[in-house]
Amino acid sequence: MSVPTRDVVDGTSIGAPEAASAKVIKGRSLGQIAWSRLKRDKIAMAGGVVIVVLVVMALLAPVLCKLLGVDPYAFHTDLLSALSMPQGKLGGISAAHPLGIEPLNGRDILARILYGARVSLTIAFLATMLGLIIGVVAGITAGYFGGWIDTILSRLMDIIYAFPVLLFSIALLVIVSGIDALSGGVARIGILVFVIGFFGWPYIGRIIRGQVLSIREKEYVEAARSLGAGSGRILFRELLPNLVAPILVYATLTMPSNILTEAAFSYLGVGVQPPTASWGQMLSDAVNTFEIDPAFMIIPGLAIFITVLSFNLFGDGLRDAFDPRGGR
Amino acid sequence: MGRYIVRRLLGAVVVVWVVSVITFGIFMIVPKITGASPAYLYVGKISTPAQVQAVEHNFGLDLPIPQQYLNYMSGIINGRTVSDGNSTSRCSAPCLGYSFRKNLAVTDLLQSHFTVTLGLAIGASILWLVGGVAVGILSALRRGSFFDRVAMIIALAGVSLPVYFTGLLLLTVFSYGPSWLRLVPDPTFHPFGQDPLLYIKSMILPWISLAFLFAALYARLTRASMLDTMGEDYIRTARAKGLSNRKVISKHALRAALTPIVTIFGLDLAGLLGGAILTEKTFSLPGLGALAVDAIGLQDLPVIMGVTILGSMFIVIANVVVDVLYGIVDPRVTYK
Repeated sequence: MSVPTRDVVDGTSIGAPEAASAKVIKGRSLGQIAWSRLKRDKIAMAGGVVIVVLVVMALLAPVLCKLLGVDPYAFHTDLLSALSMPQGKLGGISAAHPLGIEPLNGRDILARILYGARVSLTIAFLATMLGLIIGVVAGITAGYFGGWIDTILSRLMDIIYAFPVLLFSIALLVIVSGIDALSGGVARIGILVFVIGFFGWPYIGRIIRGQVLSIREKEYVEAARSLGAGSGRILFRELLPNLVAPILVYATLTMPSNILTEAAFSYLGVGVQPPTASWGQMLSDAVNTFEIDPAFMIIPGLAIFITVLSFNLFGDGLRDAFDPRGGR
Repeated sequence: MGRYIVRRLLGAVVVVWVVSVITFGIFMIVPKITGASPAYLYVGKISTPAQVQAVEHNFGLDLPIPQQYLNYMSGIINGRTVSDGNSTSRCSAPCLGYSFRKNLAVTDLLQSHFTVTLGLAIGASILWLVGGVAVGILSALRRGSFFDRVAMIIALAGVSLPVYFTGLLLLTVFSYGPSWLRLVPDPTFHPFGQDPLLYIKSMILPWISLAFLFAALYARLTRASMLDTMGEDYIRTARAKGLSNRKVISKHALRAALTPIVTIFGLDLAGLLGGAILTEKTFSLPGLGALAVDAIGLQDLPVIMGVTILGSMFIVIANVVVDVLYGIVDPRVTYK
């Protein structure tokens, strides 16, 4: 994309002495501009830091649990009252169990929150990637080729939009549970990723299609075509690099919505199955006991809230940073 | 314009039809893969293979799937007579099947549960439209002010809160909290027809939790849209003409800024009318969403089909209505 200057073309260095004395103007790429803007956005950076901390905590969950001496699967019924509620204040918070224990079975809440973060972030991340890949490929194809390909892909997106997605996904997840080969923990995560990602792709698909429609008429695309570049090259070497900004922004803003969807599935009982820990499922368990033990409801709720909020903050900041009109 | 509407409506019918085919297909075919007869989906676990066969035969489940689909579709237009071998029931058009689990026609089930969902959606949408849009406009007009900052922090928190968590928090505080805060001591649902006052009392918390989520979203959208509009050239022109600030905002800015909000509102409302699953579950409201989740738990296929088709119908109709309204609100839009 760089325009060759005369100096380079004829290979002489006529302009060199002047250039050396003149003030050097450094060109900055869109990415560099965005990064410098993002760095100044303290709220977005705070969101980013929390995300990094969360990811590290999720990755190191087994190590952290060992260090703290907590176990996500061990029952501590001895710490429960006669009504199977945690003894002590605030849901049984103690040195051994920093966030208290679950009612009914006395499992450590901190350990389950840490392991729940793994489930939540893994599913949300993979589903985002899946939606992104299908959406970008479909969006670029529809926007670039137009015609009947565009018609088919656009109608397909309309139809997926018209699905009552949450309802349909729940039904699908229940039915699939009947298939023995798919009932294992990893397979379950795979299905959740597929369902969340599959219903998510039309959103990015539409955005990318719109972007492609506007940039496919740009001069540099025409130049590439007149130099004999094939469709593949134009799509992936000319168009795709110019779509990085919307893709990045979209991905960061899809993460929180996917985290919420995964939590909603677990809340409704169709997410990952016990004993695997998940935040939505903890909330769902807490529904029966929150009148007496609100701590068990508040802690996983806050975990979801903080995670989603950080991604939203960071995503908002990223969008503003990439916005060409957002000069500050 | 008339032709445009007709064409869009035809398109909408096609989309609902495709959704119905996909739903029907998946719920018919997947049980085949899992090896369980779809008869189980109708009447639950039955003990002997002979009984399964009898049920399959009575429901026409032994017919080829396309034939079953045709029967289902003709039921919507002509009604059909359904039998489980012991009793026969007439299901009049539009017949979306018969739930043998509940011994009711799906259409009747949908009707009775829809009123609850409708009440929830209308109450909540009034709250969020008034609250969210007003806050969004004020925030945009006072950009960077203390009000703007606080409002946007609350709004961002609002969109990050799962609706069921908000609901449970509200219940903890206002139904089970300290006695002086116990404003809704009895959160169980009371139908409007029974006692309007109790109905409103039982719906306040669901309305607020649902409205808070959307109000937060709408405040952010309205603010962004308003800021975009206020930066337009014609606003500067209006000011240059010497119009008062009030006139510039009310006559020139608001109309353009709120047009996209109308679109989004139509689609959100339609989405909710198909069942606000999470809110209904949290507050045990007997709406469409709760009906569907129950049906899924019981594997009551006709009900699942009914709610899915109804839900997608709301969405595609809303799409058409919104596009037509768009042309009325925004004179730059023309229909081809």
